[in-house]
Amino acid sequence: MSGTKLQHCTIERDSDGIAWVTLDVQGEAANSLSTEVLKELEAALDELDSGDRPKGIVFQSGKSGFIAGANVQELGAIENATEADALIERGQRVMDRIEAMTAPTVALIRGFCLGGGLELALACRYRVADRDPSTRLGLPEVRLGIHPGFGGTVRLPDLIGAPAALDLMLSGRTLEGRAAQRMGLVDFALSPWQLVDATRDLIRRDPGRHRPKWWQRLAGTLPGRYALKPIMQRQVKQSARAEHYPAPYAMLDLWVRHGGESAPSRIKAERTSLTRLIDGPTAGNLIRVFLLQDRLKREARSSDVVVPNRVHVIGAGTMGGDIAAWLALNGCRVTLFDEHDKAVASTLKRARSLFQKRLKRPERVTAALDRLTPDPRNRGVEGADIIIEAIVENLDAKQGLFRSLEPRMREDAILATNTSSLPLEQLAEGLQQPGRLIGLHFFNPVAKMPLVEIVAGEHSDATNLDRGQALIASADKLPLRVKSAPGFLVNRVLMPYMIRAAELYAKGTQRESLDEAAKRFGMPMGPLELADAVGLDVCVAAVDVMAEPLGLEVPASMRSMVDNGTLGRKSGRGFYVYDNKGKPDRGRISLEPAELDRLGQDLIKPLLDEAERTRDEGIVADGDLVDAGTIFGTGFAPFTGGPLHYREQHSGQRG
Amino acid sequence: MARSGNASPKNRTRPVYIVDGSRTPFLKFRGKPNAFSAADMGVAAGRQLLLRMPFEPDALDQVIFGCAGPAADEANIARIIALRLGCGNRVPAWSVQRNCGSGMQALDCGLHDIQAGRSELVLAGGTEAMSRAPLLFDPRFVEWLADFNRAKTALAKAKQLGRLRPGMLKPVVALLKGLTDPVSGMSMGQTAENIAWRFGITRNEMDQYACRSHQRLAQAQDDDLLTELEPLHGPDGRAYDMDDGVRRESTVDDLGRLKPVFEKPYGKVTAGNSAQVTDGACAVMLASEEAVEKHGLPVLARIVDSEWAGLDPAQMGLGPVHAVTPMLRRHRFALGSIDYWELNEAFAAQVLACTAAWRDRSYCREQLGLSKPWGDIDPDRLNVDGGGISLGHPVGTSGARITLHLAHVLRRFGGRRGVATQCIGGGQGGAMLIENPEASA
Repeated sequence: MSGTKLQHCTIERDSDGIAWVTLDVQGEAANSLSTEVLKELEAALDELDSGDRPKGIVFQSGKSGFIAGANVQELGAIENATEADALIERGQRVMDRIEAMTAPTVALIRGFCLGGGLELALACRYRVADRDPSTRLGLPEVRLGIHPGFGGTVRLPDLIGAPAALDLMLSGRTLEGRAAQRMGLVDFALSPWQLVDATRDLIRRDPGRHRPKWWQRLAGTLPGRYALKPIMQRQVKQSARAEHYPAPYAMLDLWVRHGGESAPSRIKAERTSLTRLIDGPTAGNLIRVFLLQDRLKREARSSDVVVPNRVHVIGAGTMGGDIAAWLALNGCRVTLFDEHDKAVASTLKRARSLFQKRLKRPERVTAALDRLTPDPRNRGVEGADIIIEAIVENLDAKQGLFRSLEPRMREDAILATNTSSLPLEQLAEGLQQPGRLIGLHFFNPVAKMPLVEIVAGEHSDATNLDRGQALIASADKLPLRVKSAPGFLVNRVLMPYMIRAAELYAKGTQRESLDEAAKRFGMPMGPLELADAVGLDVCVAAVDVMAEPLGLEVPASMRSMVDNGTLGRKSGRGFYVYDNKGKPDRGRISLEPAELDRLGQDLIKPLLDEAERTRDEGIVADGDLVDAGTIFGTGFAPFTGGPLHYREQHSGQRG
Repeated sequence: MARSGNASPKNRTRPVYIVDGSRTPFLKFRGKPNAFSAADMGVAAGRQLLLRMPFEPDALDQVIFGCAGPAADEANIARIIALRLGCGNRVPAWSVQRNCGSGMQALDCGLHDIQAGRSELVLAGGTEAMSRAPLLFDPRFVEWLADFNRAKTALAKAKQLGRLRPGMLKPVVALLKGLTDPVSGMSMGQTAENIAWRFGITRNEMDQYACRSHQRLAQAQDDDLLTELEPLHGPDGRAYDMDDGVRRESTVDDLGRLKPVFEKPYGKVTAGNSAQVTDGACAVMLASEEAVEKHGLPVLARIVDSEWAGLDPAQMGLGPVHAVTPMLRRHRFALGSIDYWELNEAFAAQVLACTAAWRDRSYCREQLGLSKPWGDIDPDRLNVDGGGISLGHPVGTSGARITLHLAHVLRRFGGRRGVATQCIGGGQGGAMLIENPEASA
């Protein structure tokens, strides 16, 4: 073999004349296509074009993943349309050159192959992927408020047909190798030990690029495009409002309008459309949210600690049971204790359906179930690295429990509470080592809510907090450090907003209009339907905790609803009345759009005010984390970039 | 730790201890498969046991499980259990099959490897999902199917279709096959009838024995004496916390009204005085003295000796007599030297026949080489908490269960020595002699 070594990639030619281009970006955990890396790929292509022409070219990665996509950091730093256009133009040029290679080109894909990474693979004549579930392929750009820009919107429909391509790009979902093969996205999905043989064979045979079936091509014709447009548009509308999330609409528009043109002009149209998106506000905010998410994960990882693995959960109610199941799903060895065997058994049933949904293959479901050990005699205490308590919210009960646990626990074991309302300082009273108590505040439903608050009490030991944070990050959740103060961050910013909604409702504002106003603003759910889903009793209890210190008050109307047993969806009646299938009796919205917009601002104001106060009081380390916690903990409109960011961007319009 | 002075006279070897053990509730077969596979139950019993151990599962030297009829996807079920328990790739595991003696065989294999110094810590046990025994195609149907697949033309296929007979579609119940001795052609129930006749055991004696088995189990459940029992949690969202075969209300009269199942119409062996068809698993931790000291393990009992014997398959129920006699004699023990007994209840007739055999002058002389009747076993010291008749008899599990339970019984009463023994389909007997170190002088 002879080779050339550049900074981020190497080119090796083997005795068959095949050039193996191995990308390994220096100083990064994953390969991404920054301007610098793109420049180097151009240099690599120059090298391949000069001298002895290779018989085949293989693109592969020197890391555990292929290419994770464009460099989001760099995208976030783009200041104007000119910069955006320059980056896209460079990326497109590299992909065009790869496509134009005379020798057969193969992308050999192991691990993540996303965004720009998949676009590079699409520019190759062939794609070979590892069939291991850790290999994921997709174009998730839409989640950043943009769409593919290195020729993906052109080459993907050409390869697999427009319906499948649009579905992938609009949803942003990712595929395993085998699913990608069924679709024609990769030529082979194989066991890792077959990949190189398959690659060589494809280069030798050079059978030609995959083409969609005739009926798949039909969709790309002019009548096909116009027939599909309304169907696709309806689909997109269900998940995103055009005024909040323009990217999917732009993508659809691009295809309908330019789908019939020549490849170069479609690629040019892609660039124009993407430049416009990057220049708009949504993309910038969603990229900000992505980077915030990255920060939460990174901060947990950077702490140099042993990640707890043996977890003992006490209390198999909805929260305790779901926490136990989630941790077992994500690789922890979990024991679950509850005085009531039935609670443990019903947790196991829920866990099984969660595991089946997430893991699919029966052997993986069994392995996850085997990691979740029902522990009716509470024996998991001694061996646990961390004990998570999720029993009834009662100070005496919890204190008593902790006192009985502590002598049995390992010296270095952590004690964690899922309390949402009791101060850690009081809970730690009576502990020999109060430093071992931390808060791990999960949200309901555990499997859906990405955030977990890591609550630092006055005495909480820093190492224990780091370890709790690392556990949460390793279990695929976003940990956020918060100070032990009433309501922590999430409930504190959420409750004033819900109280405001209840007050307006009590004063006669229509409930449907209230919920619609919040959704128009960008909330995933209206405040009243959210209160019904959470349970009015839970809301009232949460507010009561904060009432005194924060000067909040539960509206009398809401308290009397709770007293009457009107608790929300679980009791069949809350702000709405639910039929036996759980469907609310939702009526027509009575307010006009302009009124709804004003109402939305009115509703959201208490949330924004409270967010500012939490920042000023240092509940979390800085304002960015207030935004992160509010978005990931409450679902607060991600396209705004968070409550503080939103207020800052709109400060000129205030008053 | 008190060391016993009673090591085998032939062979002074390293002592082997039963540290602890767990079992699942025994779940009766009620006409359709239960919620757990044999491997599921082995894992359930094993992980509760491992949870109590101060070491990680990968500290084990090996895992041995007995199972008489693993499912088609459970080849070497012990390895499946070991991996699912988190023992890791490096802990070897093997499965043993000695029919109804499989669970005890697993313990015996662990015993030998620890004695020989090849292992320090062994997880041994048994598991059986009798409710999941498969229905098989009739061999004639299998042959027909092969011919049908080979037929090339539509005409040939149609012809072959004409050769299909309804009788060929009747499934073969694997469970019944398994409970029939293919050499003598007798079902296990028939062998029980055989020895009942040999020793003149009456129907009423059998039913009385069976009734007492249920009463004893019910009492043990009420008094919470089944220490080794750990609840099982099903994928169906149900918690199984008790052996569900116990019939608290049934009287000798009720039992007397049941019809014989194996030999109609004059037979004496009924469903009521036979062991139930049941699912369950039992896991036992065996350790050398070094392992006990290294990990600071508790000691429940010491295994002193074991024995296996063969006899006429048509009299398989007398297996315990042939295994126990030589084992006790080489320690110079009489029946009376043993404080508590677990004699697996395959059939009431068979338990009663065993005790009768030791009282029977001619049997003792001709079959056991004893000059006079060997003696009696006090019924109050035999199967004190019920047995297979009330609990059920998951064939691969019972041997491990009775040994483990006997250890707890010795502790409870401060007894010193106990024998766990069982009959084995195909004409064998197995026995284990254990000792409570606390009670040793």
